[in-house]
Amino acid sequence: MTFDRRLFLGGSLATLLAAGAIAGLTGPVLAAARKDVIIGVRLEPPHLDPTAGAAAAIGEIVYANVFEGLTRVDRTGATKPALAESWTISEDGKTYTFKLRAGVTFHDGAPFDATVAKYNLDRARAPDSVNPQKGVFAPIETVEAVDPVTLKVTLKQPTGNFLFGLGWPASVMLSPTSAADAKTKPIGTGPMKFVNWAKGSSVELGKNDRYWGTPIKIEKAVFKVIGDASASFAALMAGDIDAYPLYPAPETLDQFRADPRFKVVVGSTEGETIVALNNGRKPFDDVRVRRAVSHAVDRKLVIDGAMFGLAKPIGSHFAPQNAGYVDLTGKYPHDVAKAKALLKEAGVAEGTKLRLVLPPPDYARRSGQIIAAQLKAVGLDVEIVPMEWAQWLSDVFKGKNFDMTIISHVEPLDLDIYARDDYYFDYKSPAYRAIYAELAATVDQEKRLSLYRKAQERIAEDAVNVFLFMLPKTGVWNADLQGLWENAPIPANDLTEVSWKG
Amino acid sequence: MSVSFGASRTADGWQFRALRHPSFLAGAVLTALVMTIAAVSLHWTPWDPTAIDIPAKFQPPSTAHWFGTDQFGRDVLAMIMRGAVTSIAVSIFAVGLGAGVGVPLGLLAAQQRGFADQAIMRASDFVFAFPALLIAIMLREVFGPGATNAVVAIGIFNIPVFARVAYGAALPLWTRDFVLAARVAGKGLVRITVEHILPNMVSLVIVQATIQLSLGILAEAALSYVGLGVQPPAPSWGRMLNEAQTLMGLAPRLALIPGFAIIVTVLGLNLLGDGLRDIFDPRLARER
Repeated sequence: MTFDRRLFLGGSLATLLAAGAIAGLTGPVLAAARKDVIIGVRLEPPHLDPTAGAAAAIGEIVYANVFEGLTRVDRTGATKPALAESWTISEDGKTYTFKLRAGVTFHDGAPFDATVAKYNLDRARAPDSVNPQKGVFAPIETVEAVDPVTLKVTLKQPTGNFLFGLGWPASVMLSPTSAADAKTKPIGTGPMKFVNWAKGSSVELGKNDRYWGTPIKIEKAVFKVIGDASASFAALMAGDIDAYPLYPAPETLDQFRADPRFKVVVGSTEGETIVALNNGRKPFDDVRVRRAVSHAVDRKLVIDGAMFGLAKPIGSHFAPQNAGYVDLTGKYPHDVAKAKALLKEAGVAEGTKLRLVLPPPDYARRSGQIIAAQLKAVGLDVEIVPMEWAQWLSDVFKGKNFDMTIISHVEPLDLDIYARDDYYFDYKSPAYRAIYAELAATVDQEKRLSLYRKAQERIAEDAVNVFLFMLPKTGVWNADLQGLWENAPIPANDLTEVSWKG
Repeated sequence: MSVSFGASRTADGWQFRALRHPSFLAGAVLTALVMTIAAVSLHWTPWDPTAIDIPAKFQPPSTAHWFGTDQFGRDVLAMIMRGAVTSIAVSIFAVGLGAGVGVPLGLLAAQQRGFADQAIMRASDFVFAFPALLIAIMLREVFGPGATNAVVAIGIFNIPVFARVAYGAALPLWTRDFVLAARVAGKGLVRITVEHILPNMVSLVIVQATIQLSLGILAEAALSYVGLGVQPPAPSWGRMLNEAQTLMGLAPRLALIPGFAIIVTVLGLNLLGDGLRDIFDPRLARER
């Protein structure tokens, strides 16, 4: 009786779902004084070496917990000392002398000293480097280990953001003896050490008892991968996870706000969420077409519909909370007639077929449906192509095989991506590159801010991508859990100050 | 279900039984209702089911929007209507594929016996071991998601079902006197299958097809629910359920309405299938 079995399976599935929902509503809250924390994350990292992969999901697990850099970015976005205790910068702004912490060891007992730091910087700037942020290391001319605790770095030209860049996840220090295996067995100097990675499910970290600094207050941290919005809602409600720092379902926040067991924190990220256009391919190699789609997209409706009004609009690739921001959101007001006229002028026929690739995050899947409908209104026939993360990274990000895609760029102050030779949206503007080169070589703060403005304006003028909104950091966590970051100046879940009340 | 159908079936008998059979009548009415709604939606829906209108999102049911609007301001009634087309079309094509391949295979196995019988039925057991979901995931990896994949995945799952039904029904027929008579008269195996076996078991295939249709609707909803079925913006009941999951606290009707649509359709087809089985089976009719 084959059909009965199928009915039975379907019935059991429904029962399970219902049981899950009920458990979610009535689940118990665990008592305080716990020493472990379970954090929900949206995406499983491809591997765990932040110096070898662009996925933010890597840093969100290992940064500041397992791996540390010479400097670190703190919860406010400020650059603080980490493995470098202090530093001095020469008069001409070209020579940085770092005084490193003495007696620091990696989790496997290997020592950390100036030669190890030199090894890391050389590795990141080598021609065959796979570092996702090579721009940080590009200005380095020479690195010299003067003595075990002194590192001298000489730059080709003064570089404004050098110390900040050294605090990014991509700049963390690995041990030369274990760097080769860091993708599966990350060994760093941080307050937590890697314990286990159950692929497809979770990553577990444990306390490092030999940590050089303030010991961490928790014994164990588990990062649980919970892909979809409804499952994360149920997991939080049931107490299966203690925190979801980048909670993906803004529509359910009111339910958490009304529940005293939870704390809801809406903060900012550096995540410029954009409709990336393939500038290297027809029809988006024509600026008129890019401007037309910028006019066609109604940003406010996208924010209301996909983000439940929680996100801040942007008009260029720059976060409003940073100094030097210019509001360019009025540059391409929603205007169907103008969009149609521009398309006609550029010779794009009505009904032109375009593919809009959507990676798994809900912000992309939801915005995508709305944007496809808005582009349909100006006569573009947009096909929605949902894609899994790994395939998106290989097809779109590496292979540049796309017309349009929606993605959030979560790295801070990442204007350099518009100056790169080989980047997935393929923007090649000598004018912009000149601005960026000048910016990179400028140390004077006032001048930097004016160059930031110029860069934003250039990007907006060329309508490189359609700029939507800043990804809000909608965090939900147990009301007794304290010390998590409210904002996300870099993609990280820094657990160094996390503890349970009571 | 090892019921054999004899030649004693008469036309006036089953028509009479049909009119008196409550589950057949209820199933026929529900199925006709869903089919009509689907047919109407091809030419007319109250609103464009794909038209997004953000300012009008989460509207409660009203005279303008009978079932209200969803999180994107789309008309839920229009989506349900057009979603019926997706469900029914995928299901019909899938069952057609399953019956089209499965029935001839089952008949062939019953006719040839021996090695062919073993080969076909064991292969069918093998295919049966793969759930439709697994087949759909494999197809997605190769061709990308879409309605065609859902049809193929559900269809492949249906092939062994129909092969078994056809085989089980045909096998006892081969020992019946009228078949033996045909063999003695010198008819070939294929000719006997077409002229004598098939007409005497087709009712069983129809009953099975009706029940498989309802399972096809469920399978289509399940595949769309996990994103393997028809892709947005085309409406689908399964995806409506998926999207409504986190909105349960805000607007439970967004999950209840497509859920109810699935229940009505599946219930209708199941009642219809049960009714048809009773009607086509003279023994059951006599017992009543």
